[in-house]
Order: sequence, then C-alpha cells, then structure tokens
Amino acid sequence: MEFLRRALNPWGEDVPIGVSWDLIWAAVIIGAVFVVVHALMVPKKVGTGEVDPAEAEGLPEKLQRHKPGARGFHWSMSATMFALLITAFFPVIGIQFPWVTIHWIAGVLLILTLIYHIYHVFAKQDFWTMWIDRRDVEEGKLGLKAALGKADADRPRAGKYPVDQKMFHHVAMVATLGAVVTGILMMFRIDNFLWAERTYMFSDAAWGWIYVIHGVCGIGLIFLVIAHVYFAIRPEKRWMTWSMINGWIDRDRYLENHDPARWTVPEAGSQAAEAEGD
Amino acid sequence: MAVIRDMIPPFELFQPAGVDDAVRLMDEHGSEGWVLAGGLDTFDWFKDRIKRPAAVIDLGGVDEIRGIAQGGDGGLDIGAMTSLTDVAEHADVQARYPLLAEAAGLVATPQIRNQGTLGGNIVQDTRCWYYRSGWPCYRAGGNICYAATRRSMNREHCIVGADRCVAVNPSDTAPALVALDAEMVVASTSGERTYPAVDFFIGPDIDIERMTVLEPGDLLTRIVLPARWEGARWYFEKIRDRKSWDFSLVSVASVLQVQGGVIQDARIVVNSIAPYPVRMGAVEAAIRGREPSDETGQMAGEIAIEDTRALRHNDYKIALTRNLVKRSIRDAA
Repeated sequence: MEFLRRALNPWGEDVPIGVSWDLIWAAVIIGAVFVVVHALMVPKKVGTGEVDPAEAEGLPEKLQRHKPGARGFHWSMSATMFALLITAFFPVIGIQFPWVTIHWIAGVLLILTLIYHIYHVFAKQDFWTMWIDRRDVEEGKLGLKAALGKADADRPRAGKYPVDQKMFHHVAMVATLGAVVTGILMMFRIDNFLWAERTYMFSDAAWGWIYVIHGVCGIGLIFLVIAHVYFAIRPEKRWMTWSMINGWIDRDRYLENHDPARWTVPEAGSQAAEAEGD
Repeated sequence: MAVIRDMIPPFELFQPAGVDDAVRLMDEHGSEGWVLAGGLDTFDWFKDRIKRPAAVIDLGGVDEIRGIAQGGDGGLDIGAMTSLTDVAEHADVQARYPLLAEAAGLVATPQIRNQGTLGGNIVQDTRCWYYRSGWPCYRAGGNICYAATRRSMNREHCIVGADRCVAVNPSDTAPALVALDAEMVVASTSGERTYPAVDFFIGPDIDIERMTVLEPGDLLTRIVLPARWEGARWYFEKIRDRKSWDFSLVSVASVLQVQGGVIQDARIVVNSIAPYPVRMGAVEAAIRGREPSDETGQMAGEIAIEDTRALRHNDYKIALTRNLVKRSIRDAA
C-alpha cells in the first residue's frame, strides 16, 4: 500500500499530488477494529448511582453541563464535518455526485463555527477546563488500569471533562485545523466568491504537500468520527450524549463522575467552595 | 504538444470474437485494460507513452456490433464499431437522419472516417493539450488545471460547465446523437443497460477523470436512433480552424418539428463549449410555438449564452455559440 500519490510535473520533477486513497479504507478498518476490540474488552459499566449524601446536599436535581452556545457549536460542527467527509470521500469510493461546491461551502461554515467556538471559549467559558494537567495524567493512568481490570480502585472522578475527552478534543483540533488551513489554501485553486484563483502561488511540490496534509487530516477525521460516534452511543456514556442535546446532567451523574472540587458548577458553587475550604 | 515517441510500450493483445468475450476480458483486466476500436485516439496515447495499459482488447473482430439495421421501434440501430464513413454514406441514415450523416461526414478526413468508428468518436477523450501532454492535471488524477489559470493557453477550452477542469468534449457525432435523442446501449459482465445520449456524457462535477458514464469493464455496443425525430428539420454546423481537417471549436446540432410554420418541438445541442454536449433546454422551451425566423433565432442565441463565462482566450466562443444557435433555428431545413 502506498501512502502518497506522486506524479511528474511539466518540469519533470517528481512531486506529491495527494495522499493515497487506500488510506480511506485503512482508516475505516482501523476504526472498525478499534470499536470491536474496545466493545469486547472494556465492560459497559453503567454508574451505580451511589453518591455521598453530604456532597449531594444543596445541589439541584439538574445541573447545566453545556450552555446553548456550546451545544450549538457541537451540532453545527457535526453537521459540517459529516457534510465534508461525505463530499470528500464518497466520490472517491464510487458514489459520484457534484460535490465540490457543497464541500467548500461546508468548509466555510465549519470555519465560521470554529471562529464562534474560539470566541465562546475565551469570552464565555473557562479555557483551562480543557487543559490537560498533572491530575488528568494520573486520572488517565488509573482510568486505563480500571478499564483493563488491573486497578484496585475505580477510576477517579474528573473535572468538567474526563482526560479521554480532552485528548480526543486536542487530536480532533489538530486534525480539523490542519484540514481547515490547507482547505483555505486549496480554495485559491477553485472559483469562489471570496477571491480570485492563484494557482501558482506555491510550487508544485508545496501544493502537493498541502494536498497531502489535507488528505491525512481528512482521513484521520474518519477514524476520529467513528470513535466519537461509538463512544457517544456506549451505554455508560449516553448521559454525556444527552447532556449535549438537552444541556444538563442529573445530580447523581455529576457527583458520580465529576470531582466538585475540580468542576464547580454555578448551582453548586457555594457548597464546593466550602468543600475546598475543608 | 507532447513529442510522439513512436515506440509503443509493450502490452498483451486480446482479439475477442464477440461482445461476451470482450466484456469478460475487460472485466478481467479492469483499469489495466484498454479497448481498441478504430485506434485513432488510442495510438496517440500509446506513442506518447502517457497511457500504458497492460492489456489491449481489440474489437476489430467483434462483427456483431458493426453495421446499421432497422431498430425495434422503427428507428435505426447502429453498431458502435460501424465506421464513420459507413454512417455518413448509409442510405437510411442519409434519408432518415441526415443530421447524423452530416455530423459523421464532417469528422476529420476520409482516411480517418474509414478507420474511425462511431463508438470511438462518441467516447473519445478530450483534446486539452495540457492533459494530452501527460501532466498531472485534475483529469489525469492530479490536483491542478493547467488550462484554467490566467496565464494558460485556453483558446479551445470551455465557456460553460467547468468544474476545476475546463476541457471540452471534441466529438462531432455526440451533439447530433443528443439532438436526435439517441439511446446508448452499454454491455458489461453484469448485463446490458441503456442511457439516453444526454445522460451518457458527464461533466467534471460528477467525475473529473471521465467524459462518459463508461467505467472500466463497460463497452458501448449500439446506438439506437428513435423514430421520433426521423425526417425532422435539422441543422448541423461545425466551426474549426481549418476546413480541411480539425476538431470543432464550436458545433451545433438541432432538430425541429414545425407544423403550420410554427415550431412544435425542438432539440438543440452545442458541443465543444463544455466538457459534455450542452443541450439548450431554455432555448428549446423559448422557441416552442414561435416561427423559425431570424427574430426567433436572435432571441434563442441570446438565451443560449446566458450562463457562459469565458476564459482568458476564448471569449470568441460566446459569439460563435450565439450565432450558431441562431442559425440552427433560422436555417434548419
């Protein structure tokens, strides 16, 4: 299997022209194998519902996990991502339709969505909730052992986002930004309402690597989307998926999965502050 | 233009005796196989060493798809391996579908028409010289159109239907067959299927590496002309740089059904302005119920160029299209 498609340009130079389409199937197969292996090896451990009554005291039944803006971003990104992946890869595997215009318009919408997300994160949310710190690393190690049945104790409670979600976010961010930046450059090669075509702004080799990066990021996103959808529908994760739809989680899920000292929801603010002080 | 290197790379030659054998071989070799009909497009590709198939399937011995016969619905059934000369000179074609006879008779030179086939003329690849030079353009699987930039030599390229690639369909018989509402019969190992001619040709928006619906393993076997447009008024004109022998810069094919001096129905197709023969649906709708006059032609010509967009060197094609569409209505006989 080749990783790159290469060709001789008019000057006889051997240049990359894109990523090998065989990698699409590699991503699908790796994603499917990952799902099957994970489903077989990791038990579906739905929460026990056992919480410390003292921690529950003063907390409302429902606590907000995602604001409407964050949910809007998530579903907008989902829609544009599916549109981009379908328009990018279906024609390659033989399902042919006029895809270019849909693809670049979906790309522009994704960029607008990401700009909103960045603004929302810095202006309305706590940027550091997604940062991976020392406690997340410890949580990750113990969580992995617990998942493999090798730990004495259960996985420790997380902050607002578990470490695996944070890692997914960062990998998806790199892949998405890679696809977005190269996609913006590739728009200089097609007619669009934003700017005039500038086919020769880079050398053939540079353009080739831009196409390769775009392809690698896109194919990487196939795997990431498979994994994301898989986790979203696993029984022990469905409460998180529902919270991305309705915005809230119930008190028991909060106390079972999140450390109030690390994620202080507004409704629990006073109580958590007291707990920290203790 | 690419330098002709004369030495053809080696390949395995197969000479099937029937369609079943041919499609089986084509299926066996997939994208590594190459179908040889008249050979006029083929040998340029081979000599330039741009196409290097492992297997060549020569249809020269497949007689069942050669010749012209009465069609089932009263029309004509033309085998894809029928030579262009036979199509142009056949008495039935001349009498009943003179539009096709005229188009076939204007292909290249007498020698080429003797050797070239109707099927080959329909499915021939584009003449874009950037593509023909073997450079890695979109149509060749690459990531650039060398003909679409502001510095390109694109006098022969398209003014409508571009989608990254701006190459045009060069066939003379294709617009005539679309105008006559012909059906293309395609065989493969999974059976036979039929396409209206207008759907047989596809643009780069659907698949940038193909000009027709044919995929590896598909063989165009027959072209069926329906009785519907037999004896209709018709017009064909091909504009080219050299009258003696050249590909069209713009061509037009039309058929009109006129009763009481009024156009009842019409099909008008312009080629070499897009990657596929362009059926002028808006023009056809606008001229129904009108006289085939200079005034109607003038109006039709203006409608025909509404969605056109010239590249740097081919805005003359817009004027040509306008005038050819006008004449195809006014002068249809």
